[in-house]
Amino acid sequence: MRESSSSLAGLRRRVARIAASGASSVRQAERWLASGHERFDAALGGGLAAGRVHEFFAADTLDAASAAAFAALLALRGGGEAPLLWLRTADAGRKAGHLYAPGLAELGGDPNRLLLVETGDAKALLAAANDAVRCAGSAAVVVESHGRLPAFDLTAGRRLALGAREAGTTLLLLRIAAAPVPSVAETRWQVAAAPSRELEARAPGAPAFDLELLRWRAGPAGACWRLEWNRDEQAFRDPALSGALLPLAPRRALEPRGAAAA
Amino acid sequence: MALADARARVPALTVVPHDPAADGAWLDRLAQGCARYTPLVALDAPDGLVLDIAGAAHLFGGEAGLIADAAMRCDRLGMTMRHAFGPTADAARALARYPAPPAPDEAAAIRRLSVAALELDEEATRALVRAGLKTIGDLASRPMASLAARFGADAAIALRRMIGDAPSPLDPRVAPPPVVAERRFAEPLASSAHAMEILADLMGEAAADMAERGKGGRGFRATFFRSDGLARTIAVETGQPVRDVALVMRLFAECIDTLRDPIDPGFGFDMIRLTVPRLEALGASQLKLEGGTVRTAAVDELADRLATRLGRGRVRKIRPADTHIPEQTQLELPAADAPPPERWPAVEAGEPPLRPFYLFDPPQPIEVIAEVPDGPPQRFRWRRALHAVRLYEGPERIAAEWWRRRDNKGLTRDYYRVEDVQGRRYWLFRHGLYDEKADPRWYIHGLFA
Repeated sequence: MRESSSSLAGLRRRVARIAASGASSVRQAERWLASGHERFDAALGGGLAAGRVHEFFAADTLDAASAAAFAALLALRGGGEAPLLWLRTADAGRKAGHLYAPGLAELGGDPNRLLLVETGDAKALLAAANDAVRCAGSAAVVVESHGRLPAFDLTAGRRLALGAREAGTTLLLLRIAAAPVPSVAETRWQVAAAPSRELEARAPGAPAFDLELLRWRAGPAGACWRLEWNRDEQAFRDPALSGALLPLAPRRALEPRGAAAA
Repeated sequence: MALADARARVPALTVVPHDPAADGAWLDRLAQGCARYTPLVALDAPDGLVLDIAGAAHLFGGEAGLIADAAMRCDRLGMTMRHAFGPTADAARALARYPAPPAPDEAAAIRRLSVAALELDEEATRALVRAGLKTIGDLASRPMASLAARFGADAAIALRRMIGDAPSPLDPRVAPPPVVAERRFAEPLASSAHAMEILADLMGEAAADMAERGKGGRGFRATFFRSDGLARTIAVETGQPVRDVALVMRLFAECIDTLRDPIDPGFGFDMIRLTVPRLEALGASQLKLEGGTVRTAAVDELADRLATRLGRGRVRKIRPADTHIPEQTQLELPAADAPPPERWPAVEAGEPPLRPFYLFDPPQPIEVIAEVPDGPPQRFRWRRALHAVRLYEGPERIAAEWWRRRDNKGLTRDYYRVEDVQGRRYWLFRHGLYDEKADPRWYIHGLFA
């Protein structure tokens, strides 16, 4: 027992030494993709760190649009001219639908900033993502993947994370119809569509998202949020009528939302 | 001669069906190979090539050297060749195609050609021969006006072109590219790596040329001429005009990596040529004071690289199109030739999004329970899962573009924005009104965020 704890202490010291010497590899993020929601951003220390990899798992295949829109809105929220690179495989359009620019414009994003890249298969997708993250100057790189993505192992993830860190590019990895596996992502989210605020005449309201922070390298995970996108303010807000309930208590991992819906 | 007669005379005759398309392709390939002699190569279908070798023949040791080289290459390909030189394209063509008696020089040879070489219609040729005008020389010594009066202006023009009085312009196979750099080798070059170094040198020359003119290239073509006559061309494109050697070479390397059959030097390359077919204005670039490059340039370069690797249609930008049919309102264009950004239709403040984030094209059929004739959907089944509708808005009625259709009709679509009890938002439509169609189908067209 003691031996193991001492070896653990030794390991800790080594880690601290590595961290001190390789200051660049553990330095704090300098920019963030902020959501515009004060408590959400404050809880994450400013928002989603730029120059890192963030994973978004759709709670269910049917939540793919919510996960994708959440990632796109985070990336495009800041305005500016920087292009948003969107990488997907060629068969994604048939499976999950085509990215629809008028819909993005309706959400307040600028479709002219979108640069769409389609690859033949998942392997080429990761290769293209590797090139894309090493290219500074994009607002973010979104990689949309469907299914398990076996080529995305720890090595591939590490390569992407290093590239993103060097170039300061933010990689938003959309995982649809996939279960979380260990990876080097800075944060890992589960995104689901949330019921919207009802408008007059029973019309659906502004898009709302149920977010669960599954993993965060720099802090505790497990927090849940329900955010509503306000297009006119270009920011995420609390859903207007149910503000008192927020933030929600962390949902237990025992009852993943996807299982009920699937 | 009929085929049966021919077979009777030569029993071992090999018969192959006539394939004009393949002949044309072969001629085109030969023309491409002849680009080693001159950039101005015209096709003279079905079986001739006209080369403008003015100012180019001395590179091959004069006309005799050039034709010896061509004859050697044709011989290697198993073809027999007939050639002639002439002061004009028409004259050279006639001398090559019609037997001429020996003559001291080209002008005399043309004058001794038969009038058939003018390629007038049969009746005119017969009439000329009957009148005793058997050669071009006979005809040229007569007044041109009487010839035109008897056989038409075309005959006079054909004659004037033949003797060099009228211009006979050449229609070259490809327009000569504005910037060309090439290198020939005394000994064939057997190493691909070395060939790429030479290509980088050529790119440097081309870049200097373009910088002098204040231009940049939008497309680059490298042609590797193998000593056995095969020419291999690889081409890359860029979204912005560039003249950066390293950048273009990276694109070439990317392109070569994706080739299914790599560039094989075989017995060696004896010439490498780099052409820049598309030029655009590009001012001298200024470095930023604080160092580093302009930021969007990096993304443009990435787009070019990915387009070279994945195919140019796979890297796209989206532009609006002026129609109200949902699936046609966006144009996905290759990033390399997307027009400058346009404004997207403005959205109304305070409204929720009325268009989905993902669109299914084609729409996917669903089973719907709804009130007839135009009630909102209550419940629908999509991909075997049942969804109960909690909130809805609609219908948003979108008519077909009847003015573009021959029958001036087309089914109207009634779109509904619905949210199910789980909070997911969908875009559904009924294809057709009940007075247009007895049993209209329902489809899901998109997913909202």
